[in-house]
Amino acid sequence: MANFENVTVETDLLILGGGMSACGASVEAAYWAKKNGLKVTLVDKAAMDRSGAVAMGLSAINQYVGLKDGANSVKDYVDYVRNDLMGVTREDLVANIARHVDSTVHLFEKWGLPIWKDEKGAYVHEGRWQLMINGESYKVIVAEAAKNALLQSGVGQIFERIFIVGPVMDGDRIAGAVGFSVRENKFYTFKAKAVLAGMGGAVHVFKPRSSGEGLGRAWYPPWNSGSSAYFTLKAGAEMTCQEVRFIPVRFKDAYGPVGAWFLLFKSRATNAMGGEYMVERKPELENWGPYGRVKPIPANLRNYLGMLDCTDGKGPLFMRTEEAIQKIAEQFKDDEKAYKKKMKELESEAWEDFLDMTISQAILWAASNVQPEEKSSEIAAAEPYFIGSHSGASGAWVSGPADLQTAGTKNDYFWGYDNMSTVKGLFCAGDASGASSHKFSSGSHAEGRIAAKAAVKFILENNTMPKVDQAAVDALKAEILKPIDTFEAFKNATTDSEVNPNYIKPKMFMFRLQKIMDEYAGGVTSNFTVNKAQLERALELLALLKEDSDKLGASNLHELMRCWENVQRMWQAEAHVRTMLFREETRWPGYYFRADKPKIDEQNWLCFANCKYDPKNGNWEMIKRPIHRIF
Amino acid sequence: MPSYVNPEKCDGCKALDKTACQYICPNDLMVLDKEKMKAFNRDVAMCWECYNCVKICPTQAIEIRGYADFVPMGAQVTPLRSTDSIMWTVKFRNGMLKRFKFPIRTTAEGSAVPDGGFETKGDINSPALFTEPASTGMAEVFTLNK
Repeated sequence: MANFENVTVETDLLILGGGMSACGASVEAAYWAKKNGLKVTLVDKAAMDRSGAVAMGLSAINQYVGLKDGANSVKDYVDYVRNDLMGVTREDLVANIARHVDSTVHLFEKWGLPIWKDEKGAYVHEGRWQLMINGESYKVIVAEAAKNALLQSGVGQIFERIFIVGPVMDGDRIAGAVGFSVRENKFYTFKAKAVLAGMGGAVHVFKPRSSGEGLGRAWYPPWNSGSSAYFTLKAGAEMTCQEVRFIPVRFKDAYGPVGAWFLLFKSRATNAMGGEYMVERKPELENWGPYGRVKPIPANLRNYLGMLDCTDGKGPLFMRTEEAIQKIAEQFKDDEKAYKKKMKELESEAWEDFLDMTISQAILWAASNVQPEEKSSEIAAAEPYFIGSHSGASGAWVSGPADLQTAGTKNDYFWGYDNMSTVKGLFCAGDASGASSHKFSSGSHAEGRIAAKAAVKFILENNTMPKVDQAAVDALKAEILKPIDTFEAFKNATTDSEVNPNYIKPKMFMFRLQKIMDEYAGGVTSNFTVNKAQLERALELLALLKEDSDKLGASNLHELMRCWENVQRMWQAEAHVRTMLFREETRWPGYYFRADKPKIDEQNWLCFANCKYDPKNGNWEMIKRPIHRIF
Repeated sequence: MPSYVNPEKCDGCKALDKTACQYICPNDLMVLDKEKMKAFNRDVAMCWECYNCVKICPTQAIEIRGYADFVPMGAQVTPLRSTDSIMWTVKFRNGMLKRFKFPIRTTAEGSAVPDGGFETKGDINSPALFTEPASTGMAEVFTLNK
C-alpha cells in the first residue's frame, strides 16, 4: 500500500466543509463549546477564505424575511417555498431557517458585508426576499468571522486541504470521518462525538452543455462533488427529495445570473419571434394542479414554459435587457443630466451583477461586444444540479425543531435534535439537508448555526467518545488509497499513462457517468425527459460503472481527490435515478419529465420520496413519507 | 485556458511562505512548478474562472482568457482588489474600455467580531441561537407553541 502517514485527531464536534453552512456552524459552535468546555474541529478541502459555492462572491442575498419590520411573516416564507416546490417541502425545517435567517444577515452586515441601502437607510430589495449587496468579498468576510470564532475562543482548530471521503461508524452512531491531505502523503482519521456535514451539493453528475474548455463553467461550482450525499448515504442516513434536481435558466453558456434582470430591472424574456412564453403558454399552467395558479409561478414551471418554446423551434430565448434598461431610464427622459446619470448607474449595476459572482459572463459580453442597454442576450436552461439550498431539494432527511411541530407532525418530523439525520450524531446543513429549499447563502449559514447548536446539545447529552474499530479504519485507508496503488502497479504496462487496460483515470470515469446521466436520466441531450426503461438502463450502466470504480487510477494526490469526487458523484447519481424511478408521476416538469407518467398525481404522490442505503447489506430501500403542514 | 500565468511576472512567490494561487484555488488547480519556479493551471477544463488566483497574485501575473470553446477572442476582464474596494477594467473585443469600482467591505480586514456586538440570551435548550434574540431585531424568537 502507498506509504501514507496516519494522523488521528480527536474532537468533540467535527464540522465537515468550509462553505456557508460550515461557517455558520463554526460561529455558533464556538460559543456553545466554549461555555461547555468542548472542542470543535473544522475540515475544509480548500482554503476557507474562498471555498464553497460563494467562493467567487455573490451579488445578492436571496433569503431575508424582514421579520423585524413586519415586512413578511415566517408563514409567508413557508408558503412561498412550498408552492415553488410543487407542495413538497418540510414546513418545520423551512420555518426554522426563516426565523433565524434575518439574524444571520444582520451579523453579515456587522462583520463588514456591504448591503445596499436606500436614502432612508433601509435595505434595497432585488425582490420580495432578496437584498442587493456588494458581494465580491462575501465569503472572505463570512469565513473571517468563522475563523475568528473558532481560533480566538481557543476551542477550535481548522484543517484546510484535507479531502474527506467518508464516515466512520460505531454501530448506528457516527464516530468520525476519514480522508487524506491533498498536499502531503497523510491519511487522516477524525474521531468525534458528533459530526456536522456541510460539504455542499453536486455538480458534473450530468454532462454540462459546454464540454471543451468550458466544461468547468458549470452554474454551480465544479468542486461541489456530492461529498455530502455520499457521506450521509454511506453512514446509512435516510435521504429525501433525491429526485428534486435543479435546473437554472441563466444567460446562455457563461451562466450569468438572471435574478437582477427579472426582479430588479423587470426585464421580459421573449422567444425568437418576440413572443412571451410566460404569457402565450399561460394555459399550460392549468395542468399542474394548484401550483400552476400561485404567484410567483414555481421556478420549474417557468423553466418548462421556456423549454416548450425551444422544443417547438421558437428559440433562442432572449432576456430583453435593452428594453428593460430603456424603460427604467425613460422616467428621466425630460432631464438630460438625470437621464445620463441614471443610465450610467444602471450600466454599473448590470455589470456588477456579473463581476461579483459570474465573471465569465462579463468576459462573454465584452468578447461579443454586448452592451446590455443596447442588445438582448440569450438565456437557456442549464444542466441539472443537486442543490437543496436553491430551488432543488435533495439532501438528508433530518429532524425538525421541537417547538415548530404540531400534534400532526411530531411523530414523523421530530426525533430529538434539530437537523440531525436518521443516523445518531450526524447533523446536516446547507445542501446536505433536504426538503428545506430556498435557503441560499444566508439560510445555509443560519441552518449551519441551527445544526451546530443542536449538535453541541447532543454531545452534552451523549458525552461519550464513540468506539472506532481500528481494523475498519485500516480497511478504509486501503480502499481510499487504492487508486494510487493501482496506478503504481500498472503504470509501466503502456507507453501512455492515460490509456491503460488495468485502470480508468478519474476524468474519463466522470465522462462515463455524465454520458449515462445525460442520455438515460434526463440530461440536456434527452431534453430533460425520462421513462422507466431509460431509468432502468441507467441503473444497469451505473452498476457497471460502480464495479469499475474499483479500478480507478491516480498518479498523484490531486487525481486521488478527483477519483473520490467522482465516486461521490456516482452515488448521488444512483440515488437520483432510483428516486425518479420510484416516483411514478411528473411533478416538476421543468426539472425532469417522466414521459411514461406525464401528469401530476396529487392523490398518490403528494408525499416525500425518500431512500436509504444499507451499508451492511448494500440494499436500497425506497420509502414514502407524508407531507404535513404546520401552519 | 481559463486562468494562465505570465512567466515574466510570476516569481513563484519565492519570498512568501506559500504560493498564493496554489493556496487559494478552490478547485486545487493552481500548482507551482518547482523547477521553473512558475505557477500553472493543471486542468483548465475544471476552472470556474472564479478569479481568486488572479485577485490574490502579489505580482499580478495571472489573467483569464475566456473559455475557448464558446468565448470569442480578444476580451480581457482585469480586477485590482484593495482592502476595501475592487476596480474592474473590462476591455471589449472591439477595443472599448469600461471601468467599474465597487466597495467590498465596510470594516477593516480581519476585524469581524463573531457576535457583532449582539448579546446572547438563550441557553442550550432554547430555540434562540448565539446572539439571539438581539440579532434578530425582535424581542423574542418566533415559535409555534406558546
